[in-house]
Amino acid sequence: MNFSRLLKTIFLVEFVSGLYMAVKELFKKSKTINYPFEKGSISPRMRGEHALRRYPNGEERCIACKLCEAVCPAQAITIESSERSDGSRKTTRYDIDMLKCIYCGLCQESCPVDAIVQGPNFEFATETREELYYNKEKLLENGDRWETVLAKNIKLDKPYR
Amino acid sequence: MEYLQILGQEIYKIIFILIPILVSVAMIVWLDRRVWGLVQKRRGPNVVGPFGLFQTLADALKYIFKEIIIPASANKVVFILAPIVTMTLALVAWAVIPMSEDLVLANINVGVLYLFAVSSLGVYGIIMGGWASNSKYPFLGAIRSAAQMVSYEVSIGIIIINVLLCVGSLNLNDIVLAQKQLWYVIPLFPMFVIFFISALAETNRPPFDLPEAEAELVAGYQTEYSGMMYAMFWLGEYANILLMCAMGSILFLGGWLPIMDIYPFNIIPAPIWMILKILFLFLLFALIKAIVPRYRYDQLMRLGWKIFLPFSLLYLVLTASFLFYFDKLPKVNF
Repeated sequence: MNFSRLLKTIFLVEFVSGLYMAVKELFKKSKTINYPFEKGSISPRMRGEHALRRYPNGEERCIACKLCEAVCPAQAITIESSERSDGSRKTTRYDIDMLKCIYCGLCQESCPVDAIVQGPNFEFATETREELYYNKEKLLENGDRWETVLAKNIKLDKPYR
Repeated sequence: MEYLQILGQEIYKIIFILIPILVSVAMIVWLDRRVWGLVQKRRGPNVVGPFGLFQTLADALKYIFKEIIIPASANKVVFILAPIVTMTLALVAWAVIPMSEDLVLANINVGVLYLFAVSSLGVYGIIMGGWASNSKYPFLGAIRSAAQMVSYEVSIGIIIINVLLCVGSLNLNDIVLAQKQLWYVIPLFPMFVIFFISALAETNRPPFDLPEAEAELVAGYQTEYSGMMYAMFWLGEYANILLMCAMGSILFLGGWLPIMDIYPFNIIPAPIWMILKILFLFLLFALIKAIVPRYRYDQLMRLGWKIFLPFSLLYLVLTASFLFYFDKLPKVNF
């Protein structure tokens, strides 16, 4: 051990400078947020809870092309369709198993009419597994609830797609 | 009948000492976590009550309602006794701590010895807990803790002798009053530093928290404890930390004496000075927890036996020769 290092050890130089550093940090603003009361910003690309959107006139966007069902790597989507009285093809069943879903966003990317989208909501924990088997009704309800945010996010993200 | 009356008065006094200590232990746990968080730029507990002050109370409530699990192979009597011993010993020592000249439960003549003896006994709670759990992590934790506490007690003992040489009395109030002119932290500064580091080791605080090194030993001697019994260990530990801070402020920082005996300082009552000094030392404890990595066990032992012990012995000789040469040895009449 050389002499200057010995002196440093005896006088606890590094320890004291560490203490000084800690005291300095003590008065700085903390980097974390009070999570449930304040939330961090979320990118418009956030892949959160799914939603099925409607056209402004209330018509469902989904045309039952089943591209999302085909592309889904986790096979979490199940779709059944039939012809409606006015001749358009619509889904009779649109289920997403949110427990299987890996939130990859491929369904949203594959959708030709922007019907199935992933919104910014990530706080949808439930007490039972059954509540996480989403059906068409639930997904449409999500779409109605989040429509303004979803539309804004899609518009913001448009230049990069 | 008279005996009962005295007993009643004493219990009254004991409760008046015990409750503030338990409350301040709760506050100090909060302070510890908060400072630790702020240094790491987190927020620390800040939800329960104003500034999160009631966090510890909420934790304690949680522990009370939890099940106490006693392992099948544990020695039940010792297992249950261990946290009780830890907590009792941590609280019993407060009987001699003077908060002001007459605000002390037992102003005994051998206060320092009593304090030292009780804090040494504290290791029994840990050994008992570790041994009675009959499981390997608690056992290893207890062995580490016993060796560590015994080693550092030796250097603390010699540091205390250093102070006693200057005072010439074992009474804690006399020690405080002897510092009226000059706090011992100035002439005995190296001893204060060693005392502080030994106190960290004595109370199993980082960087010497090897007995409960969570990366190696799960939680050391507390691994098998749950519910209120765990909370009692935890309470005892923090009461011990507070006790060490009180001991440090009495021995070196002039106890309940004001910082200077001049106008704005000496109107502040003595207990507040004592509390401020304890808080200052505790703040150092908390800051150190945030900045240091854990020691390796052989480094810990080397520090205790090969550096602190010889150095404090050397300083003891120096102090003694200085006092003798300049004829400053305290006059004691037996």
